[in-house]
Amino acid sequence: MRLEAKFAWLPTPFLSLLLFSVWLLLNNSVSAGHIILATVLAIAIPLITSPFRTKQPLVMKPGLAFRHLMLVLYDIITANVQVAILILGPTKKLTPGFVKVPLDITRSMPITILASTVSLTPGTVSAEVYPWSESLKEDEEPEERFLLIHVLNLEDEQALIKTIKDRYEAPLKEIFQC
Amino acid sequence: MIEWIISILLLIGGGFVLVGSIGLVKMPDFFMRLHGPTKATTLGMASLLTAAIIFFSTTQAGVSMKEVLISLFLLLTAPISGYMMIKSAIHHKIESIERTTGKDNIEEDV
Amino acid sequence: MLETVILIVFAMIGVSLILNLWRLLLGPSLPDRILALDTMYINSIALIILYGMSLGTTLYFEAALLIAMLGFVSTVAVCKYLLRGDIIE
Repeated sequence: MRLEAKFAWLPTPFLSLLLFSVWLLLNNSVSAGHIILATVLAIAIPLITSPFRTKQPLVMKPGLAFRHLMLVLYDIITANVQVAILILGPTKKLTPGFVKVPLDITRSMPITILASTVSLTPGTVSAEVYPWSESLKEDEEPEERFLLIHVLNLEDEQALIKTIKDRYEAPLKEIFQC
Repeated sequence: MIEWIISILLLIGGGFVLVGSIGLVKMPDFFMRLHGPTKATTLGMASLLTAAIIFFSTTQAGVSMKEVLISLFLLLTAPISGYMMIKSAIHHKIESIERTTGKDNIEEDV
Repeated sequence: MLETVILIVFAMIGVSLILNLWRLLLGPSLPDRILALDTMYINSIALIILYGMSLGTTLYFEAALLIAMLGFVSTVAVCKYLLRGDIIE
């Protein structure tokens, strides 16, 4: 896990890239003037706002991150078809349930990404991260973190936990190296 | 040909949006209702906006990619608003239906 | 053909807006109503994009983007109010 970027003038490379592309998309043009303005904004905004943000782990493997993004997008499409079938099918046969998934990752940024992926993929919505952040003291690290998820149609609890850990958590761990 | 692609994408998008709303009305408790809008509606919107991109890129001069922004924004915010809603539902101790398993996994609020 | 398809999709989204309104009026709890409102704003974005397509203009894009942003912020604000009894602590 690395918190400091390679160059001091570029504290968060991915945020800069995002700002650059959002500016070009908003103006819907790739003219030279807009590219220069987008570059200035992409460098200036992270520099000015970086004192407000807590340091988050940086993406260490961009290639793997891209592949993981593609996998998640593919999963979103298949998951949506499954959920649509479940919704249109008989409601009485559904067995909803709450499942607690133990987490290996500790920093808030990877946990947020994992919770969002879980919310968008097969029949699950992430509900809570335990222990409560309000009950912790400042800078205190809890021994173990859990993610509470609600499942629309729970069939095999252990298999679900294993899928989430292998398919979504392991790549995140490797991308952020933590 | 392009008209066909746009039509199919529009129908898929409209269908998913409709399925999300049907789930909102049909499901018996809050936690199950949340699944429809957070997932089906997001994909439906993405599909509709892809149709809009193709439509505006073919009918008007130049490529129009602005609609990507809305789908990206919805894709990023849907899990967060879903998380906030389920958090407030747990805080208000909304009852889930009886056959829900693992209710004791919910911890007491602080 | 595209005009007919756009009309059909208009009808589909109209029906889903009515279903959302049904859930909004029925409740029974506050989070249910928030969820219904959240779904309603997403559906109205779809309606605006479709209207822009049927008129053949991209003018309505900015309106859709603004609704998306304000809708998300208002959902989070109302949820935060339910959670903590305050929006900005």
